[in-house]
Formats: sequence, C-alpha cells, structure tokens
Amino acid sequence: MELRLFARRSFRGGVHPPENKSLTEHKPIEILPPPAMVVIPVQQHIGAPGKPIVQVGDTVRVGDRLTEPGGYVSVPVHASISGTVKAIEPRPHPLGTSVLSIVIEGDGQDQWSPEVQEDPNWQQLTAEEIRDRIQMAGLAGMGGAAFPTHVKLSPPPNKPIDTFILNGAECEPYLTADHRLMLEYSEEIVRGMAIMLRILRPKRAIIAIEDNKMDAVRVMREAAGKEGLNCEVVALPVKYPQGAEKQLIKALTGREVPRGGLPMDVGCLVQNVGTARAVYHAVQKRRPVVDRVVTVTGRGVAEPKNVLVRIGSSFAYVLEHCGGLRDGAARVLMGGPMMGIAQFTLDVPVVKGTSGIVVLSQEEVRERREAACIRCGRCVDACPMGLMPTAIYHLVKHKRFDEAQEYGVLDCIECGSCAYVCPAGLPLVHAMKFGKLEVSKRMRAAS
Amino acid sequence: MEDKLWKVSTSPHLSDRESIPRIMWLVAASLAPAGIGAVYFFGARAAWTIFLAVASAIATEAAIQKLRGKPITVHDGSAFVTGLLLAYNLPAEVPFWIPIIGSAFAIALGKQIFGGLGYNPMNPALLGRAFLLASWPTHMTIFRTPPRGGTISGIDVETGATPLNLLKQAQDVLHQAKVAPGEVPAQKISEAMMHISKLYESYGNLFWGKVGGCLGETSVFLLLIGAAFLLYKRYIDLRIPVGYIGSVALLTWAFGGSEGLFTGNPLFHVLAGGLVLGAFFMATDMVTSPITPRGKWIFGIGCGVITVIIRLIGGYPEGVSYSILLMNLTVPLLDRYTKPAIFGARKR
Repeated sequence: MELRLFARRSFRGGVHPPENKSLTEHKPIEILPPPAMVVIPVQQHIGAPGKPIVQVGDTVRVGDRLTEPGGYVSVPVHASISGTVKAIEPRPHPLGTSVLSIVIEGDGQDQWSPEVQEDPNWQQLTAEEIRDRIQMAGLAGMGGAAFPTHVKLSPPPNKPIDTFILNGAECEPYLTADHRLMLEYSEEIVRGMAIMLRILRPKRAIIAIEDNKMDAVRVMREAAGKEGLNCEVVALPVKYPQGAEKQLIKALTGREVPRGGLPMDVGCLVQNVGTARAVYHAVQKRRPVVDRVVTVTGRGVAEPKNVLVRIGSSFAYVLEHCGGLRDGAARVLMGGPMMGIAQFTLDVPVVKGTSGIVVLSQEEVRERREAACIRCGRCVDACPMGLMPTAIYHLVKHKRFDEAQEYGVLDCIECGSCAYVCPAGLPLVHAMKFGKLEVSKRMRAAS
Repeated sequence: MEDKLWKVSTSPHLSDRESIPRIMWLVAASLAPAGIGAVYFFGARAAWTIFLAVASAIATEAAIQKLRGKPITVHDGSAFVTGLLLAYNLPAEVPFWIPIIGSAFAIALGKQIFGGLGYNPMNPALLGRAFLLASWPTHMTIFRTPPRGGTISGIDVETGATPLNLLKQAQDVLHQAKVAPGEVPAQKISEAMMHISKLYESYGNLFWGKVGGCLGETSVFLLLIGAAFLLYKRYIDLRIPVGYIGSVALLTWAFGGSEGLFTGNPLFHVLAGGLVLGAFFMATDMVTSPITPRGKWIFGIGCGVITVIIRLIGGYPEGVSYSILLMNLTVPLLDRYTKPAIFGARKR
C-alpha cells in the first residue's frame, strides 16, 4: 500500500503551458456546409490501409462505404458528401506523407445513404455485433491517436477490463473541441459510453475532465445521472499531459501501465469523448464517421471557432469559413501546439484524428536558436515518463542507439514537455522521434 | 484560399519564456545583495576586485571564442557569473592582479578549454580559486581588513583570523593539550577554550556578515535573499543545498565537539565560512551538478561529508571549494547510476 500524504490525483512531471482556450471555449459548435470536393485518404487510422471498393466515375451518397478494411486492425472510410468519384490517387495527408485517397466531387445535393437510419432494435445486438458495427462505421480514436476502436474494445480474455475511463481531459492548449462536445452533446456521449460499458462490463467507470472545464463536469454529471449510468465524473487538476492515456490512468487509479504495455495490462481502457459519441452514432443511428468537431484556432486565424466539418474537407476550406488567415500566420498545425503536426500545405484534408487546426502567429511560435545544453535538468523534471531527455538527445545525436534504448527512448510519448521547458532550445522531441525510429528498425533487423 | 509552402517543424510548437541568458543574468542578479554587502563591509576596494574579476572573465571568454572562430556569447551572462563568483571567493585585500589572473584561468582552463558553456566538468570559479590558492597562498589566506562594524573573527579578540581559522587554531591547541598533557601552558588552553565558547555565541555577527572572510561569503542573510529568489524561480533545486547543509550540520554536531559524540556546534559550522555561498550558489551550478533527483541528493550530501572531513580532520579551516570540485568529478557517474525510474518499470 502506497502512502499518499497529499492525495491530489496526479502523475510525475508535466508542464503548464498557457492554455489559450478562451479563443474558442465559449463558441458553440458551428456546422459547416458540405464542401464542393472532399479528399478521403484510405488510411486515417493506425493499422492496415483499406482497399477501395469504388471506381472513378461511381456516384456515391453520404455514408456509402468506400473501402474494405485491410485486415482486423483496420477500418473503412465513407463518403462524406454525395457526388462522383473523381480520382483515386495519392494525395498529401496531414501526417506528412502521400496516401492513396478517394476524391469526390460533390453534386450539391447532400444525399444520404438509405442505410444511415436509426435502428430501433439495437438493444438486441450482441457484443460481437456491436463491435462489428463500430468497425464498419470506420471508428478510430477521435482524440488524435486514431487507433481502431473495435480493437480496443476487444480485450483478450486474459486481460479483463475492470476500469473504463472516458477521456475528456483535453489537456492540449488551444483545443476546445472535446469541451464543446461535452457541453452540447453530453447525452450522445453518455449513450455511447453506455454501449461500450455494456460490452465490457467493467467494475468502475470514470469520466475524467480537467478542472478548467467545470461547466463540462456539471453537464456530464447530469447527463450520466439522467442516463442512469453508474459512473464517477472526476475533475482533475490542469497539468499537461493529463490526457495522455498512461498519465490519466496513473492519476485516476494509481496504476502504472508497464513499459511497452497497454492500458489493458492494468485492467484499464480509455476512450475519448468524441469516440464515445461516434460509437452512439455507429450503433444506434447506423451512421458512420463522416464528420467531426474541429477547433480552428490560434492567433493566425481571423475568427477562431469550433466547427463540425465533413471528413475530407481541405484545411483551406475550413480556414476560409473561419475568416481566413491573418498576416503573420506562421505555422499550420493538425492538432494542438504541443503534439500537433506542422503542415506544409493547406491542401490537406481533415481526417478522423483531426482534433484541431491551429494556426500560430510568428510571436506564438517562438523559433529558437539551438545552444549547448547547460544541464539544467528541467527536461528531467518535466518528463512524465521518468526519462532523461537531454541524455537521450545526446546519445541519439551521436548515433549511440543501443544506449538510447537503455535510457528508454522507446518509452517516450512525444508529449513535448521536455522541449517546451528547454532553455537551450534543443530539438529534444525531434531526437526522440528519430531515436525511436532507429531503435525499432534495429530491433526488427535483429529479430 | 491562397496557399504557400508553409514552414514545418517538429512539435512542440510552443516554448516557455526561459533561455540561457535569462537564467544566467537572473543568477547574477541573485548574487547582487551579497555583492552590495561586500562593498558595504569591505569598502570600495571590494568593488574594484569584483569589477576586475568580472571584466577579466568576460574579456577572456570573448578573446578565446574569437581565437576559436566561434560566435562570441559573452552576452549570455555566464562569464559574468563566473567572474562574480570568483571575486566573492577572494579576501578583501588581494592585489588587483589576483582577480584578473584568477578569472582568466577560470574561463580559459576551467571552461573554454572543454568547449565552453555546458561542457566544463568543474565549476570554473572554484577552479580559479583553487588555482590562486595553490599558486599564491599568502595572498589568498590573509584577512586583515575587518568588516565595517565587526571584527575579523567576529568576536572581540586580538587576532587576524576568520571564525573558522580561529576555531581551528583553538581546537589545535586543545588537541595538543590532550595528546601531550603538560606541554601546553594552562593559560593558552583557557584562552583557546574562551575563544571557542565566544565563537559559538557569535551567531549574530556570522548571520549578518560582521566577520572576516572572502568578499561574498560573509553575510548569510544577504546570500539567503538571493537564494530565496533562485528557489522561487526554480533555478536551483533544494535537494543540493539541503543535502549539503544538512549533512554538514549533522556531522559537525556529531563529530565537531571536543567532549565526545554530539557535542559539536552545527549552527556555527553552517553559518561560518563559505558554506551558504557554496551550497546555494556554487554546488547548484547547473552545468556541474547532477540532473537526476537522487543524484542531487547524493551530490549535496557528498559535498557536506567532504567539507566536514576537511574542516575537522584536514589541515585547512575551510572545505567548501574543494568538496564541490571533488564532487563535480562524480557527476557523470552519479547521473548514470541514479537514472529516474521509467514510468511503468517498477510497479503494476
């Protein structure tokens, strides 16, 4: 039994970047009209890419399936507007590579597939059928990691789940999509959660929210009560990366996911609030993932807001509906400023994992010249994984990958806390990413 | 919408407002109260010594960087801090060439020779002091200027010794009397005992700085003002000074007395000499101290143990500089063997 004198739920390390959520947190979700064209990558999830089942020239309606899953750890994609398939070719993907994508030119009709309709008998579904529906609706974690939801919901029998955690922490600065979702769609989120609880049957269910969103805590508590859901709604202290799976589990249960392990190794399962809502849609409404809520923000955007946007809409299209860019816009990110991926073009589509489009101004980015490490140790204090980022940085820099592995480079979650506090402006996360890649390559070669 | 080729970079895309120059200049600012105190206690000569040490440090750094064809980075404040700390480790009446040579040595052979800021294994200022002490011991150990409103020893006796010097002398007399009874005159013994008991009551003078000693080490009060600021800014980690001062207090209490175990005077040992300056401002030097939490504890305690060994057993009244320099050398090893536990490595 661990002695806890100060029983404030938390985890080691972490940082407190300026939140800047006030840009959008009070703005209700605005529904954007379907764009004239969408680009839908066949891969928007972690796992095998899907195989196209449409051809150029085919007409499609909203919700029509476009791909066959490429395996068990794979989900299909769906048409998000009605129209004609114009091309099936590699297109820029927000993850930085070119990915085979299905380009649909809209007919302006926004006709929905007749299969998208409420299922009055969904309560009769077996757990297997529910998982199947979730897979075929194209669900991949909407928090950003985009791991196929049905796989997460299928723990092997030797790893029973006793604690289900709904993640509404939204610890990334600037982002408010989950916050608004909880305020405006609490009922649907809670229903989706109820469906997941039904197939997992955990002993304990928790909705976790950072305490800078007390309005969401109240709303979710109320919604859970109305739904008759047996769960706790916990307000966690604001600290980045509170919403990271391992840190969240640690803060809520005191359990540490073992190195190289998964939450199910400690009987936990974490799902994002947006994913819960999508589960509700998939199971009860038979509606696949064709849109999502995106926070469009940053001081480089004229009118920051939260929008509900069709998957496959280009960043340019979304930004146009937010008043366009301001002078001095310097960086376009998919995701938040701590973990988001910088885009080289606005011609990339919104995908299932796009929680935000953040355009930072030159003043916000603060580009820095690299100096030598002065061994201040701030990165060691900030690392929520207990690593020594500066040590790993130097090992990777000198290509000493075996030692980098010993120092735990593979345990890095790339949260960016170390580089955020580094007074020397060292590209610590960059080194981590590179080190992880190299170490995994070597491990594969060795096995 | 107009598109362009946007600049990309790896996450995170934000940073807090901390930078090396900011840290260094704020450390320098935290040392200001003690510097003002030095000028107050020891007069204008102290100001000159400080100025020359700092100027020499900056000039040496700039000159070597120019020779090496590297960008000149004296604006980052690190050479300034080294010069300042070296000056604080000098007696009030050193000739003016001492701070100049000391700082030049500290920067050239203590720092730049290893590649500059971030690469030096030992605290440059302390290395400069050690060099001066070895080369010109007389200049470095003569304390003749009494501080304003006080005496060199901090008590009212006719002697030219600092508190720790006087304590050492008195304890040597007592030790001699014990080893060879009868050979030491009774008057000398009673004088020594009187000195010790008076020294042990001189806390006030030690705390405010009305004692002899190096420029920046005498006033515990002024040093603690700066230390509190550094702690507030989190530029120093409490583990090192707590481990350091705590172990000095414990060990001098246990072994520092002449009447057996736990008869020593820990408070005197903590307040006297350069312990507070060393523990808060030099042992905590980022470049030359460990970066792991456990390493910091071991480092601080190690400094304390060595300081006490030198003070109680060694032939030298002080012990702060050498203890920190010795522990500096253990830092790579400490960091290696005190890695924090990686998340998920220990428990379920």
